[in-house]
Amino acid sequence: MKRRNFLELSALGFGGLMLPSIPVFGDIISPERALETVDTALKKRLADVALNTAKSKGANYADVRIGRYLQQYIFTREKQVQNIVNAESFGVGVRVLANGTWGFAATSDVSDKGVAKAAEQAVAIAKANSKLQKEPVQLAPVKGFGEVSWKTPIEKNAFEVPVGEKADLLLAANAAAMDNGANFVNSALFQVNEQKYFASTEGSYIDQDVHRIWPNFTVTAVDKASGKFKTREALSAPMGMGYEYMIPKASEKIKGPEGTGLNGYRYAYDMLEDAALAAKQAKEKLTAKSVMAGKYDLVLDPNHLGLTIHESVGHPLELDRVLGYEANYAGTSFATLDKWKSKSFKYGSDKVNIFADKTQKGSLGYVGWDDEGVKTKKWDLIKDGVLVNYQAIRDQAHIINEPESHGCCYADSWSSVQFQRMPNVSLAPGKEKMDVDKLISGVDKGIYIAGRGSYSIDQQRYNFQFGGTTFHEIKNGKIVGMLEDVAYQSNTQEFWNSCAGSCDESDYRLFGSFFDGKGQPSQISAVSHGSAHTRFNGVNVINTARKI
Amino acid sequence: MAILTKEQAQAILKKALGFSKADECEITLSGNEGGNIRYARNEVSTSGAEENVSMAVESRFGKRSGVATINEFDDKSLEKVIRRSEEIAKLAPESPEYVELLGPQKYITTKANFDSTAKIDPAYRAEAAAKSIKAASDKGLTAAGFLEHYTRFTAKMNNKGLFAYHPSTDIDFSVTMRTEDGTGSGYVTQDFSDASKLDTGKASQIAAEKAANSRNAKALEPGKYTVILEPAASIDLLRNMFFNMDQRNAEEGRSFLSKPGGKTKVGEKLVDERITVYSDPTNPEVPTAPFAGDGRPQEKVTWIDKGVVKNLYNTRYWASNKGSASIPPPGNVIMEGGSQSLEDMIKSTKRGILVTRLWYIRAVDPQTLLYTGLTRDGTFYIENGKIMYPVKNFRFNESPVIMLNNLEALGKPQRINGSLVPPMKVRDFTFTSLSDAV
Repeated sequence: MKRRNFLELSALGFGGLMLPSIPVFGDIISPERALETVDTALKKRLADVALNTAKSKGANYADVRIGRYLQQYIFTREKQVQNIVNAESFGVGVRVLANGTWGFAATSDVSDKGVAKAAEQAVAIAKANSKLQKEPVQLAPVKGFGEVSWKTPIEKNAFEVPVGEKADLLLAANAAAMDNGANFVNSALFQVNEQKYFASTEGSYIDQDVHRIWPNFTVTAVDKASGKFKTREALSAPMGMGYEYMIPKASEKIKGPEGTGLNGYRYAYDMLEDAALAAKQAKEKLTAKSVMAGKYDLVLDPNHLGLTIHESVGHPLELDRVLGYEANYAGTSFATLDKWKSKSFKYGSDKVNIFADKTQKGSLGYVGWDDEGVKTKKWDLIKDGVLVNYQAIRDQAHIINEPESHGCCYADSWSSVQFQRMPNVSLAPGKEKMDVDKLISGVDKGIYIAGRGSYSIDQQRYNFQFGGTTFHEIKNGKIVGMLEDVAYQSNTQEFWNSCAGSCDESDYRLFGSFFDGKGQPSQISAVSHGSAHTRFNGVNVINTARKI
Repeated sequence: MAILTKEQAQAILKKALGFSKADECEITLSGNEGGNIRYARNEVSTSGAEENVSMAVESRFGKRSGVATINEFDDKSLEKVIRRSEEIAKLAPESPEYVELLGPQKYITTKANFDSTAKIDPAYRAEAAAKSIKAASDKGLTAAGFLEHYTRFTAKMNNKGLFAYHPSTDIDFSVTMRTEDGTGSGYVTQDFSDASKLDTGKASQIAAEKAANSRNAKALEPGKYTVILEPAASIDLLRNMFFNMDQRNAEEGRSFLSKPGGKTKVGEKLVDERITVYSDPTNPEVPTAPFAGDGRPQEKVTWIDKGVVKNLYNTRYWASNKGSASIPPPGNVIMEGGSQSLEDMIKSTKRGILVTRLWYIRAVDPQTLLYTGLTRDGTFYIENGKIMYPVKNFRFNESPVIMLNNLEALGKPQRINGSLVPPMKVRDFTFTSLSDAV
């Protein structure tokens, strides 16, 4: 966790919300101030000051990011608003290559003098560190794009919606849960806007306006007599969208399996409907059957499978992990270069086609250019089950013989140095027509798992254990009731090789991770994972009930 | 200069408070200065320095409250931040959990700032990394490590007469070393308030030894084992327990400390009677601020006494609502131990597993405080008092409550992540599967 000007919201008593610590960078501002923008001409002038200073001090390459990062977070419980956070962070980060070594410096002094000083410092740091450098940094070529701009294709800017209206929606969702038998409910709405201006000595001046949103809740049901309590998480996804995601649309609802009452949400969420069902399900969980440990065929909902993809495919294919740069914290990877070079490493069954895509509509990772000025694109990671590629940025592309960067470089703030981050990584839907009921109809003994739960995986991404938020037993092709105390344990390669196929494209939707952590000091990033309902055969399920 | 003296902080706070027109106003001024260095593949990868001072103002009109922050301190800026917080307060809904701000408080004195840490410069950081890298390269190992240090201060003042000031320093170091063939990995982590206690070269030797000795691990069947958990292994599980002792959650029926009928486990024996846990801001090994974030004094509080739950922490609202004693969440956790060293504990073990580090710990069931995670960077089989060979890493599913009931022995407490925790020997620790990860 970065200790620079942040509030640890997890310490403010949101215990019911199953979230990692929530970083807030910057100064608290009024909602109106969030609607102001910074003049592009001014940013270009400041960028040129940084680039010219860096070159004159001896840099062979320089890039500058002038960033304004806005966050608005609203927290409620039951009938009350607990906290509203409006934060802004504005500053400049300058990265240079001098003597073949990276140097970086950042400042909140956004003036000619301030950026020139940061550029000078960055060159000085690069020169100092170059004494310890064994091999000079090699950058893959990139085109200069001139003056260009990009904006998340939103319909309604969430920052323009009055705070009161947004808080009322959360309180209405809380009421829907309480009316349906919840004892407690915590809800939140996270909104982020990154206004990023990137320029480099390659000849690019890129102005981007990136929007993200995440509604979320945790419903708790308590049985006072027995002392038992159960929770059910929201089935929303964080999205690279505006406030339009918060307005329910029948066309964006995908009916879940017969017998579960669940709906999937594609590009529009129905928070009230989900909160009402969550309360009923949290109560039902109090008396649900405890699972018998053993092997089951699993049918996984996209809002659950996304996290499994994130942990067991997204992270192990980060090239910096593979090379050892994250060894002290996040770890390394089982997906070593020799496995990739063999061109025959079976990561999964023939049904498994997993791609990276920074241009996916509605996704958290969707941008026009990455944080080192590379145009974003789509590429294959696993094709017909075989490992074919990694995620690489400009200074890594040569290691895997790629002619250009994959465009997945990101920094969480103007003051953080950009590095390789996970792009959207998604499982391609099945090619044959298939809905979830048909997929379940073929399962004799299985479990249907939806939503986020407990997730844990080792530092090389072999062994994992995942839970969910709802579990339904499948018997002879039909859902027969809820289960509790379910977690599945598997090995990444074994698990993906047990993949028996997915529903078709009409069932495909996105899951997302809003606060993914990596690096030291830790940086966050937001990333989506698409999939359709998918079946995995013979997976080891454990019973997690204990007595204390 | 990001670190203000008590007098400098007091003067700014007084001036800012002078602009307030609200019923109640409380201002927090805090700053930090620090730096870090990161290395991997035996080379420095990134390094940086940062400093920041910021002020947060909370203004209140009746039960309405607004917060604004700023990082400039001229008169105009001070007045601006006060006015902005007042504007936000006027727009806010009334809080049903309103409690009046605290008046003057008496705080105990703690010594948490050390010049040795405050004066660290880039040369110190480079040298610290170089010593660690040398410990790796001398043995043909590859190091990836991180060092960061901070000097901080927090000051607080309100219009009811409260004033608090606390300076502190800390330094955190960790390194993972791997063998060239990728079959061995070792880890060490240390943190101090006083940087003169840190020797990155010496600490790195521990990681190097563990890496070299953990080559070609053997696979043992998963199951229930006696384990010796080093403090770096047990700390996260213990913190997840001790920092979950919230009175409101327990009374609302959604905590491992809840009981049927809306009661809590306060006064009941929860764990082995050799377990005593308290917090104390004055402990010289793990000093913390003598006040909590809301201005309440931090004093010595016993959470678990000889296995019995003694106290739960709360907010001021919940304490007054329930008529309970007002107890802020702890700043540190101190777990009493014994006098045995880690070596003594190994010697007295017939059959068991030594665990260096637990990783990716996630809650499985908040009702029983069941957690899952994996061993990492140095897991060894012990037989008849000796470390016999390295073993493959395991996944565990275990609750710290069950773990502290299955206690065999406690060693001498050590500082880890700002708390004091002893190495501990525990029987029947539940490993549920094997991992191929090194």
